[in-house]
Amino acid sequence: MRPSRAIDISTGLFVLLGLVAIAFLVTQITSKEVGVRSDTYRLKAQFENVGGLKPGAPVTMSGVTVGRVEKIVYDMNLFKAVVTMRIDNHFNRIPNDSDASILTSGLLGGQYVGLSPGGSEEVFKNGDRIEFVQDAIVLENLISKYLFSQAEKTPAGAAPAATPAAPAGKE
Amino acid sequence: MTALFGELWESMRSFLERIGALARFFGRLLWLTPGGLLKVRLLIEQVYNAGALSLVIIMTCGLFVGMVMGLQGYDLLQRIGSEDSLGVGAAMALLRELGPVVTALLFAGRAGTALASEIGLMRATDQLSAMEIMAVDPMRRVVLPRFLGGVIAMPLLTAVFIAISLYGVQLIGVQFFGVDQGQFWSQMRGTVELSDIREGLIKGLAFGVACSLIAVFEGYNSLPTAEGVGQATTRTVVVSAVVTLILDYIITALLL
Repeated sequence: MRPSRAIDISTGLFVLLGLVAIAFLVTQITSKEVGVRSDTYRLKAQFENVGGLKPGAPVTMSGVTVGRVEKIVYDMNLFKAVVTMRIDNHFNRIPNDSDASILTSGLLGGQYVGLSPGGSEEVFKNGDRIEFVQDAIVLENLISKYLFSQAEKTPAGAAPAATPAAPAGKE
Repeated sequence: MTALFGELWESMRSFLERIGALARFFGRLLWLTPGGLLKVRLLIEQVYNAGALSLVIIMTCGLFVGMVMGLQGYDLLQRIGSEDSLGVGAAMALLRELGPVVTALLFAGRAGTALASEIGLMRATDQLSAMEIMAVDPMRRVVLPRFLGGVIAMPLLTAVFIAISLYGVQLIGVQFFGVDQGQFWSQMRGTVELSDIREGLIKGLAFGVACSLIAVFEGYNSLPTAEGVGQATTRTVVVSAVVTLILDYIITALLL
């Protein structure tokens, strides 16, 4: 009886471990707060477009991580995305006219929020909203803006005389 | 010339014969499976043998596979400035391919050989014949629980392997090289889907069936000599590895 019980127990442990591993794999997809410490304060910012920003992405100042994106929701009244960030309490003297922009790290890297300090005497407090924001840069928008600006330019002034190399219709 | 063709035909025929015997053996096992699942006592013992005893080797190898992926992946990705994608890359590779395949190869080496040599020795020492004389079906009493134990253990081992490997990747990538922890996990979560996990577990199950089947088949049909048992053990590892890799390609092609 004794050895068989030991086998039962270790088999149970093994099966349990396997199921825990499966549960870990399944739940790691759903969002979980990463590395957010308890002594933080919240800041909010409204963006027209957050691009590929995800909860858990870092909030940086001059490249140093000062906090994390907590959640991103779409506000039906503002028609904007509201990004809630948690900033570490060590960095509690950020001027309240600082601006937030969504940036991309590296060529293919993930997106993050960059804060650059303003000149105000007042500092951000818990729950404040960041007024000055810059949206994520969407490559398609950038290209279409460029194309449209070119298309507007050509017929107005430069069509007959300048730029013989580039045919106006193509642009 | 004719002798050569004769030899070729002969080896071809014995190969086909073996495949046929394996298929019949598999069919018989499947037919007996519902009854075998009810014998919980025997089953637990074999899950212990195939699974719990393989746990240490699976965990050790998983950790080091993950750590080496962390090293190589970081080195490669930081050249194009996207080391944040280390988590996604490692998770996808582990879930879809590396996890199930490496687990199956380790499983064949650890549990498969144990099964084959155990059953082979039973055959060589006439224990199987003794059971038949006592009207105990060795297929039900010996082969089936071992087969089912392996089938149950493999997906669980695969999951453990993948989880430990991810820990290893995280250990090297995040703790050692300082990849951003939030990006590591959030990018992984953004890209990995439930279907990827399902693919990994389906592969684990399929490899479990294949490796366990080959092990018990080789053991059951081994020659009743010391040499025969040795050959059966060797063949178990070789055939399991080849079948695992071929099956991997087929399943990937089907699921993609």
